[in-house]
Amino acid sequence: MKKDIILAGVGGQGILSIAAIIGTAAVNAGLFLKQAEVHGMSQRGGDVQSHLRLSSEEIASDLIPGGKTDLIVSVEPMESLRYLPMLSPDGWLITNTEPFVNIPNYPDINKVISEIEAFPRHIALNAEHIAKDLGSVRSANIVMLGASSPFLDLDYNFLEDAIRNIFQNKGEELVKINIDAFKAGLKFSEENK
Amino acid sequence: MEHKLLLLGDEAIAQGAIDAGLSGIYAYPGTPSTEITEYVQRSKEAREKNIRSEWSANEKTAMETALGMSYAGKRAMACMKHVGLNVAADPFINSAITGAHGGLIVVSADDPSMHSSQNEQDSRFYGKFAMIPILEPSNQQEAYDMVHYGFNFSEKMKIPVLLRITTRLAHSRAGIKRNISKEQNKGGLHDNLKQFILLPAIARKQYKDLLNKQPEFEKASEESSFNKYIAGEDKKLGIIACGIANNYLMENYPDRKVPYPVLKICQYPFPKKIIEKIYDECDEILVLEDGYPLVEELLKGLLDKGKKIKGRLDGTIPRDGELNPNIVATALGKDFTKGNEIPEFIAGRPPSLCHGCSHNDTFLALNEAMSDYSKGRVFSDIGCYTLSALKPLESINSCVDMGASITMAIGASEGGLVPSVATIGDSTFAHSGITGLLDAVNNKSPITILILDNLTVAMTGGQKSSAFGKIEDICLGVGVEKEHIHIIKPLIKYHEENVKIIKEELVYNGVSVIIPRRECVQTLNKRMRAKHKIKTI
Repeated sequence: MKKDIILAGVGGQGILSIAAIIGTAAVNAGLFLKQAEVHGMSQRGGDVQSHLRLSSEEIASDLIPGGKTDLIVSVEPMESLRYLPMLSPDGWLITNTEPFVNIPNYPDINKVISEIEAFPRHIALNAEHIAKDLGSVRSANIVMLGASSPFLDLDYNFLEDAIRNIFQNKGEELVKINIDAFKAGLKFSEENK
Repeated sequence: MEHKLLLLGDEAIAQGAIDAGLSGIYAYPGTPSTEITEYVQRSKEAREKNIRSEWSANEKTAMETALGMSYAGKRAMACMKHVGLNVAADPFINSAITGAHGGLIVVSADDPSMHSSQNEQDSRFYGKFAMIPILEPSNQQEAYDMVHYGFNFSEKMKIPVLLRITTRLAHSRAGIKRNISKEQNKGGLHDNLKQFILLPAIARKQYKDLLNKQPEFEKASEESSFNKYIAGEDKKLGIIACGIANNYLMENYPDRKVPYPVLKICQYPFPKKIIEKIYDECDEILVLEDGYPLVEELLKGLLDKGKKIKGRLDGTIPRDGELNPNIVATALGKDFTKGNEIPEFIAGRPPSLCHGCSHNDTFLALNEAMSDYSKGRVFSDIGCYTLSALKPLESINSCVDMGASITMAIGASEGGLVPSVATIGDSTFAHSGITGLLDAVNNKSPITILILDNLTVAMTGGQKSSAFGKIEDICLGVGVEKEHIHIIKPLIKYHEENVKIIKEELVYNGVSVIIPRRECVQTLNKRMRAKHKIKTI
């Protein structure tokens, strides 16, 4: 088993939480893992990405080689397209469709969405709307995690346990909200794969 | 399966230090080194063991304090980013002459590709300059293991050891197997109480000792388990890979079998005998280093009359920037898959000041106050506020090193640029601005200094600033006149008032200090969330 994943978004959108959950699940599943993060200046509203590598064999590089990524999971639509050169010819693009506009020259969102929809293997969903309907707009990142989960080759229980683990000291209510957010994302992917 | 801890490279160093009997860690925050000290600060184990871990005012004080703890016979670590080692260079170089007593490790985290820095200097040159052993882990486990090894080696050879990492390892997570935990040293003085007195007569002797230790350092490198020669059938090429470059090399061979002989170097000084072996048996040598071409340059020599050496100097690998698996593939003449192009309409998303940031309101006021003068008068410094160089603010004209805003403004004013302005953050002021302010006061320089006080070290994630609550007192103590020190509230509703104060001080023919004070919105939000227990991650 080998999965190379790029998590993408804008600083502050919670991609490191997604990484932490997948990472915990992978380690509990007995897999090797490497996960390169971005800290420092770029975190201030800039584009951020994390390279997450899971494998049953030992992993050499912390960075995924270009053109070898199995999965781009993006919390922001334009950001999902920034990493296309990294995606493998049979890789999947999984993205939130709600734009995060903090630059004056953000492109026409319709153009961004049509580019995503023209991509043969994609899942595009409005994670913000789904999270809001569940009562916590801040769980949009976990909706995206759920949407990516059918492609991760990780057992559902490992992922649910990891969510519990990460959110447990923030209270049972938040654990439940996030598990619901996860399930909603998962359901969307299964229906739209 | 054996239990593993999932740790960043930085955290692996910290856990390694805790397990290896560390008594104190000394540091100033700086990307990508910050998480080493933060991990120790958060560690329950470290608290139980009473390991000292408060932030230092700057890297120089951190290095000196760590040396003091080593003097007292305990294990100490000083951590900094690569440019921090410039600040600590004086005690660092001299600590090689004094030698160490308790184990002393200096961690310098380099930033090739300048993800969050003003240059990509390679700290291995500093280690070589100081003539001390250097450890350069290729992965997180080695980072952990090298701390144990480094402390033992430091005590055995009575010498500080440099541990060099780069951003990628510092900020990448992997599973770590822990070693057995060691008790802290009891402490006690060295037999030779003159060792640390670098008077010329003693320093000459100490320096000879350092020179005499060099063959032993080299022997240790040759015998080190961190340096490995791996045989290969095809002798057309020999590959020397340093530190993390090993991983990028191995990534290109999924079965991990490289057809060429490979020498992995993770401990310096250079293991000369093994380098000689690979050099002699191969037709050409490829050197892979994540940083400056240190090994490559030495191997090539000044006249480059030996074998063909490929690397950053002959263009096989780009001269600047971080390595990655594809760059190494190209150097090996291997093809690699490419994904689709980025659509042309995708816009860049540079970092920017946060929504509601106090700096934004300060610079709006400053821009207006400066509109009466010609451009190019605002000297700035290292911190979030450096982002005011970008659109839409475009307020500042310099960012060089910690503290340079005040001193450059003095020089520029003496060069005829009156008024000149300095903008410096509260923590940067504490780090290296105070001595510059003293120069300004002694010179009676016609400059206006804005000490942007957001009550924290914001850029690196909200650490405590060592000038917290002391800025006015420091300015008064250094000799700034009371009537030329103003505290303003950087909020749009006070904009007119703030512009007026700045304008008045700009025309004063002497040193003025204006302190725009408002808490960083990031730390404020963090504090509010903790207070109201808003359940978010």
